[in-house]
Amino acid sequence: MTAVVAALERRLWFRPSTSWIVPAALVGVAVFLVVGSLRSSLFAQQTISGLANGGIYASLAVALVLIYRATEVINFAQGALATFTTYVAWQLMAWGLSYWPAFACTLGIAFAGGFLVELVAIRPVERRGSQITAVIAAIGLLILVEGSVGWIWGNQVKFMPAPFPSHIYNVGGVAFSRQDLSTIGISIAAVLVLWLFFRFTKVGLAMRAAAVRPQAARLVGVRVSWMLSFGWGLAAVLGAVAGMMAAASPSVLLQPSMMDGILIYAFAAAVVGGLESAAGAVIGALLIGVLLNLLGSYVSWVTPQLLLPVAFVVMLIVLLVKPSGLFGRTRVRRV
Amino acid sequence: MRLRRVTAASVAVTVVIAAVIALLPLTLSNYHRATGASVAVFFIAILALNIVTGYTGQISIGHGAFMAVGGYTTAILTHDHGWSDLPTLPAAAVVGFVAGVIVGLPALRFHGVYLALTTFAVALAVPQLAKNYPNFTGGTEGLALPTHSGLWLYEVGWAVAGVMFVIAWFLLRGRTGRAFRAVRDSEVAAASSGVTLAVYKTVAFGISAAMAGVAGSVYVLVNNFVNPDVFGLTLSLYILIGAVVGGLGSLWGVLVGAAFIQLLPIALTTSHISSSQSVPVIFGAVVIGVMALLPLGAANLLRVALHFGSQSRQSSDIHLGTEGR
Repeated sequence: MTAVVAALERRLWFRPSTSWIVPAALVGVAVFLVVGSLRSSLFAQQTISGLANGGIYASLAVALVLIYRATEVINFAQGALATFTTYVAWQLMAWGLSYWPAFACTLGIAFAGGFLVELVAIRPVERRGSQITAVIAAIGLLILVEGSVGWIWGNQVKFMPAPFPSHIYNVGGVAFSRQDLSTIGISIAAVLVLWLFFRFTKVGLAMRAAAVRPQAARLVGVRVSWMLSFGWGLAAVLGAVAGMMAAASPSVLLQPSMMDGILIYAFAAAVVGGLESAAGAVIGALLIGVLLNLLGSYVSWVTPQLLLPVAFVVMLIVLLVKPSGLFGRTRVRRV
Repeated sequence: MRLRRVTAASVAVTVVIAAVIALLPLTLSNYHRATGASVAVFFIAILALNIVTGYTGQISIGHGAFMAVGGYTTAILTHDHGWSDLPTLPAAAVVGFVAGVIVGLPALRFHGVYLALTTFAVALAVPQLAKNYPNFTGGTEGLALPTHSGLWLYEVGWAVAGVMFVIAWFLLRGRTGRAFRAVRDSEVAAASSGVTLAVYKTVAFGISAAMAGVAGSVYVLVNNFVNPDVFGLTLSLYILIGAVVGGLGSLWGVLVGAAFIQLLPIALTTSHISSSQSVPVIFGAVVIGVMALLPLGAANLLRVALHFGSQSRQSSDIHLGTEGR
C-alpha cells in the first residue's frame, strides 16, 4: 500500500518534465548566498537571521499545506490558533513550569485543540457546504480565536521567557546569535519529524491515502474523517512551534495579533512553493525570509512598511512565471 | 410567462424594501442614521464583490484594497485639491476601475485558490503603501474630512447604494450578466460559445472595483477621516463574510449580508449578554454556525421559502480549488 500511495502522490504532485529551471534557480540562489556570506560578515548575519525568520514561516506554511492538501481549504485561522497556543505556553510558564516542559505540554494541547476545532467547527461546515463556505468558516474561526485570546488574556503585550540564554557565537568575525540558530534548528526539526511520521508510520500512510484518494482510502478501511481531524491536530502542533519560536524572537511581541503578519508570509511561502508541496513550502519560506531580510538591510527604499508589498510582488512574479508555484502540479482541467 | 411574473414580483419586493429604507431615518436618532449609512457602505461593497465573485466566479479577498483606493481618492481630492464631497464619487469609481483592471489582468492567469490569495495580498499591500507615502496619503495619521449630519450621510449612502443596485441589476440581467455567469459555470463552455474570457473577467474586475471604490468613498465620508487602518485586513474579510452569508450570486442577499456584518457586532456590543471583549468570539461563532446551517447563505433560504424563480446555479458551485480529482 505504501508503494501505491507513493506512486499516486508522485503522479499528482510532481511533474518532472521541463522543471530543471526551478532546481537550477535554487542552486543559483544558494551559491549567491554562500558567496555573499563568505565575502561580507554583515551579509552572512542577515542571511542567518533571514533563515531564522524563514524557519518560523516554514512551520506555519507547512501547516497550511498539510490542511490544504487534505481538504483544499486555506486555513486562515492557522496563525490565530498558533497565537492561542503560544498564550497557553505563556500561561503554563506563568503558573511555574519551566520552558521546555511547558513547550512539550503546549504541543500536546495544540494537537488536542486542532483536533477538536476540526471536529466542532470545520467538519459540520465541510459536510454540507462547499470550499468557499469552509473558507468563510475558517475566517470566522480566525475572528473567534483571536477574539478569545484578547478575551482571556487581554490585549496588552506579554513577555515570554526566553528559551535560550542570549549568546553570540563568533565564527570568523561573523556574529551568529544562538537565538537565530536554534530557531532554524527547531523549525527544521519539526518539519523533519513530520516528514518521518508521514513516511514511516501507519497512521501517516493512512493520512496520505485519505488526502490523495478519499474514496479508495475509505474502501480499504481508513477512517477518512478522523484522518482530517488528525491533520488539523498536527497542523496546530506545527503552528504552536512557529508561534513559540516567533514569541522568542526579540522583534515579535506576544499579543493577540502576533501571528497576523507571519501568517501572510507563510501564505506567500506556501503559494511560492505550490500549496501542495511541503518541501516547496519550506524552500519558499526560507527564500522569502532571507530575501526580505537582505532587501530590508541593503536596499534603502525598502522600508519596513514595504516588506509586505515586496513579498507580494515576489509571489506575483513566481506565479506569473509558474502559475501553480515552484513545486505545484500543473492540473489538467477536464471539460 | 413565468419569467415575467418573477420579474414583476422582484420589482415589487425591491420597491417595498426601498420604501422601507427611505422612510426608516424618520424613526432613527442621528447616531443610528450614521450606522444606517455604514450599512449602505457595506451594501455597495458586497454588491461589488458579488459581481466578480458571485456572478463571475472569480474569488476576491481583496476588495478592501479597492475601497481604500476609492476612499483615498475622495480624501485627497477634498483635502488637498478643494473638491467638494459628492463630485469625488465618480472620480473614485474611475480610479477604482483602473485599479480593478490592473489587478484583474495578472489575475487572468490565476485560478481558484491562487487568485484568492493574490487578491488577499493586494488587500494587505495597499494599506502598507498608504503608510509608506505619507506626503500623499497623510501616512499613519491619515487625513480628516468635513463632518456631515447623520441624515445627510444616510440619504447620500442609500441613494448611492440604490444607483449601484440598479446599475448592477441592469448589468447582470442582460447580455453581460449572462456572459459573467457562463464564465463562472464553465470557462471552457463559455469560451466555446464565444465569450472572450479575458475581456469579461477583466471587465468584471473593473466594474466591481469601481463600485468598491465608490463604497470606499462613502465609507470615508461616513467616518469623516481616513487612515490605512480603516482599510485593514479585516475589512476585506468582513466583506467576503457578508457576501457569502447573504448568498453569493444573489442581489437579494446583499442587504442581509451588509446588515449581518455591520449590525450584528453593534447589536452584540450594546446588548447585555456580552462584554465588548467577547463580541468577536460570539461573532466568529455565529459565522461558523451560519455556514454550517445555511451553506448557501440567507438568499437561498428566501428562495426556498418563497419559491422565487427557478433554482439557478448557486454559490456551492464556485470552487476555490480546481475541479475534482
